[in-house]
Amino acid sequence: MKRFTYERVSTPAEAVAAFSRTPGARYLAGGTNLVDLMKLHIELPAHLIDVNRIGLDAIEEFDDGGIRIGAMVRNTDVAGHERVLRDYPVLARALVSGASGQLRNKATVGGNLLQRTRCPYFYSGDLPCNKRNPGSGCAAIDGLSRNLAVIGGSASCIATHPSDMAVALRALDAIVETIQTNGTRRRIPISQLHVLPGQTPHIETSLTPGELITAVTLPPPVDGAQRYLKLRDRASYAFANVSIALVADFDGPALRTIRVAFGGMAPKPWRVEAAEAGNIDSSKAADRIIDAAFEGASPTRDNLFKLPLARKALNVLITEASRQ
Amino acid sequence: MDTLCEAQEDLVAVSFVVNGERHTIEIDPRVTLLDALRNNLHLTGTKKGCDQGQCGACTVLIMGRRINSCLSLAVTHEGDDITTIEGLGTLGSLHPMQAAFVKHDGLQCGYCTPGQICSAVGMLDEIDRNVPSHVSEDLHAIEKTDAEIRERMSGNLCRCAAYPNIVAAIREVMETKP
Repeated sequence: MKRFTYERVSTPAEAVAAFSRTPGARYLAGGTNLVDLMKLHIELPAHLIDVNRIGLDAIEEFDDGGIRIGAMVRNTDVAGHERVLRDYPVLARALVSGASGQLRNKATVGGNLLQRTRCPYFYSGDLPCNKRNPGSGCAAIDGLSRNLAVIGGSASCIATHPSDMAVALRALDAIVETIQTNGTRRRIPISQLHVLPGQTPHIETSLTPGELITAVTLPPPVDGAQRYLKLRDRASYAFANVSIALVADFDGPALRTIRVAFGGMAPKPWRVEAAEAGNIDSSKAADRIIDAAFEGASPTRDNLFKLPLARKALNVLITEASRQ
Repeated sequence: MDTLCEAQEDLVAVSFVVNGERHTIEIDPRVTLLDALRNNLHLTGTKKGCDQGQCGACTVLIMGRRINSCLSLAVTHEGDDITTIEGLGTLGSLHPMQAAFVKHDGLQCGYCTPGQICSAVGMLDEIDRNVPSHVSEDLHAIEKTDAEIRERMSGNLCRCAAYPNIVAAIREVMETKP
């Protein structure tokens, strides 16, 4: 690892103040991704601000039925929380489909959202990668792209966002709460947290420098069945080829509402609300949603399989959910 | 010499309890908990396998919760209560999970075993706390099955593939737990 200086802070206000006075600083939460990338010299912070003891480690309940999950709550504790299990099972399912037991005990909600891609070229220091080394090119587009994006990418980058949790949060319309270095607090819809690569794939979120995620809030629970399906190359502890978070409310065989977010397909959790509207006939909903959500997709030869796989998976999920 | 002096300026003090004994050390912030346990405290039961959180050989318990010590900087563990394989049991007084691994021959070369055992102990506690897994059919009622053990232990690799006996050892402890 490259040398860095280190400090512990005890409040979110101290954390952003520390960021303001130390150029090149990064926040360190669970560290399961950042420390790994520092060992590989992909992340090179000059200073680490340890936010593990700033609080933000509780799940609060609102009077309207929604919940606020502190940014430092560990993934295991979100997945095992009584309210999450009862009212947001798609989130619990997404969390336990990701990583390993050890990693989920350490990884935080805020860090999960901000984890970096697992594109193999991002990790290979001697090959071009616009995300790791802006302007160097993208080795993935003509390379091994099995697990990379079929939509939302650009000529500069086709990396996917690796999180399962974020896919469920996207289907649940979560809000990401933050504090900026000037003390301003923001509420960012999860749909606007991650940004598409365009010509600047090293910029992955809409956060301003030093902006710290403090919580994720979920609106009151909605009616309907919730499902998370993850398809991958191993049965456990692997990133998604395709994953789907589904929230579907049925009236007999007909659909009242449906929400579908996809993982493993794009540089961010992929959901197209317009594709969900007007889907009444549950037997046709999957095809209509896939057609609309992936219109304009540009898969590579390696990852072309993801489109029919997602179609088949969504058909199965909706059929299963309709029988609940 | 300059380099050495400069490096020492960056040392950070950290104090934690390992296996019931308090340690206060001054350490380079780059040192992982794994390396601190092995090199500073000479507790070499915790093993370095992949050093990137994939194999689980470095698993230790922090306040009873299993983590990969290779992905955790030692300086972040100020005030923590850490248990390594040396703290779980001794030759004269084995932890039930250690005894079960011996009984069921849950190893061949043994390199992954300390991590497997620490992980299994933490894993059973997660079941007791009703944390579901990917294979739990009912999120509210976890069944004590081999499928649950296999899924929950997927962060611990065994290159000798002693998996059937590892599962048998963990199953025995799981079934005899009060």
